[in-house]
Amino acid sequence: MEDSNSRTPILDLAPQRGFGRVRAALDDLKAGLRLLPLALALGWLDIKLRYRGSILGPFWLTLSTAIMVAAMGVVYGYLFHMDLPHYLPFLSLSIVLWGYISGVINDAATVFTQSTSLFHARRIPATLPVIRLVVRNVLTFLHNVVVIAVVFGVYHLWPKQSWSLLVSLPIWFLDSFAIILLIGMLGARFRDIAPIMSSILQIFFFVTPVIWKPDLIYVGRQYLLLDPFYPILEIMRGPLMGYDVRSSLWIAAIVQGALLWGLAAALFCRMRARIPYWI
Amino acid sequence: MPRIDIDRLQIDFPLYHGQSRSLKKHVGNTLSNLRPGSPAAHLMQDGRERTVVSVLREISFNLKSGERLGLIGRNGAGKTTLLRTMAGIYEPVGGRVRLEGSLGTLLDAGLGMNMELTGRENIRLYGLHGGLSKAQISQIDRDVQDFADLGSYVDMPLKTYSSGMTVRLAFGLATAMRPQILLMDEWFLAGDGAFMNKAQDRLEAMVQHADILVISTHQPDVMRKWCTRVIWLEDGRIRMDGTPDEVLDVYLTA
Repeated sequence: MEDSNSRTPILDLAPQRGFGRVRAALDDLKAGLRLLPLALALGWLDIKLRYRGSILGPFWLTLSTAIMVAAMGVVYGYLFHMDLPHYLPFLSLSIVLWGYISGVINDAATVFTQSTSLFHARRIPATLPVIRLVVRNVLTFLHNVVVIAVVFGVYHLWPKQSWSLLVSLPIWFLDSFAIILLIGMLGARFRDIAPIMSSILQIFFFVTPVIWKPDLIYVGRQYLLLDPFYPILEIMRGPLMGYDVRSSLWIAAIVQGALLWGLAAALFCRMRARIPYWI
Repeated sequence: MPRIDIDRLQIDFPLYHGQSRSLKKHVGNTLSNLRPGSPAAHLMQDGRERTVVSVLREISFNLKSGERLGLIGRNGAGKTTLLRTMAGIYEPVGGRVRLEGSLGTLLDAGLGMNMELTGRENIRLYGLHGGLSKAQISQIDRDVQDFADLGSYVDMPLKTYSSGMTVRLAFGLATAMRPQILLMDEWFLAGDGAFMNKAQDRLEAMVQHADILVISTHQPDVMRKWCTRVIWLEDGRIRMDGTPDEVLDVYLTA
């Protein structure tokens, strides 16, 4: 496909079959990673643009999360009969992590359709908008981490077992790339995906133990494993809060990630060249 | 040496959105039986029974270094699609496209620029897209500002620009890099007189530098001046291929 190492770049395009598709997809990924500086700039400008002209700028992200954590902390702490020193650190961590998950999935369906003008101006790797979206959501997440830090600081807590981040962060990172690619392609082809995704997320926000602790229910806890968001949330949150995460959750999260990558890779190999036709 | 080889290129566009699939199938079947040449004859079904619009069919030609090709044809003949396919934006459904050489494109009037961002930010993004270093980007930044004459507007969002300023910025940006192969759509020829004079010089310098030029336009005089070869597209096929005088004489009387 594209070979920019040699002196003259060569662009050679023809319909691909079998292994040719895999190679073309890998080339696309490589080209996307080479444009990482562009993806970083685009992702950061996305955030800056949204808050340009406002007094606080991107710190609105931090502030609105802080307000949400405070309000929900008081309301649900009262409803669940939990004291704030125990509930608030848990809630701040959960809300910020869930915010990242829902941000990624909500934006994913429009990842390609929103980049139409980029696609039509010149050839870009299809993975570029995907990386841009990961960057944008990671930056948003970093703004929100401040809230967690403040809450933990107020209650003199320190994240426990932070070694687990060495495993859970890469899983989160890789999973977000795969899910954006997967939902993005479906969303470019079927325009119903975006509203479907936001409805699903809304339901799972309440079904998944985000604002309530998993030990609040005694019957049917094993069914929580069927919740696709529970393992991934728990492997990040559990160790930081200092409770032991069952190994079945780690296995579930890793299996999920592998499935996600398998699906996304298969679809991407097959449909990569069609994306510009769809948008 | 830069060169372009296009071999039996075929481009179909899928029709996904809109009516139900069975209705589309029905319509496509009926319409493709109509007389050839009508727009409806473009609707057909591919191997998997999807309704597709056939945009380009059996396009084959080669361009060697030094050739300047003009694409002519009515609206909807497939000129823009052919340019986009040559730029690698649409990958062929059938056939093959092979380009050797660095590629510059002036296809989309906005160049993919973001109207909310400032001129300087857009210049930087464009440079990053080309994989340029910081030093190269600031050099392009100066060059474009010189040409586009933006003054202090360079740090204002594009949406505050007059349309002339936007065109100047886009044009300056697209011509700031010197590609071996240059693909141009006709939008850049729309500008006021003063700009056109300025643009002409810059474009001519770029055209002189580019080894291969492919340009799509409705203006015969531009073609006679710049092109060494003209391809006349009609209904997605090559109707005529020859020197500008040969093709344009027939095209203008047709």
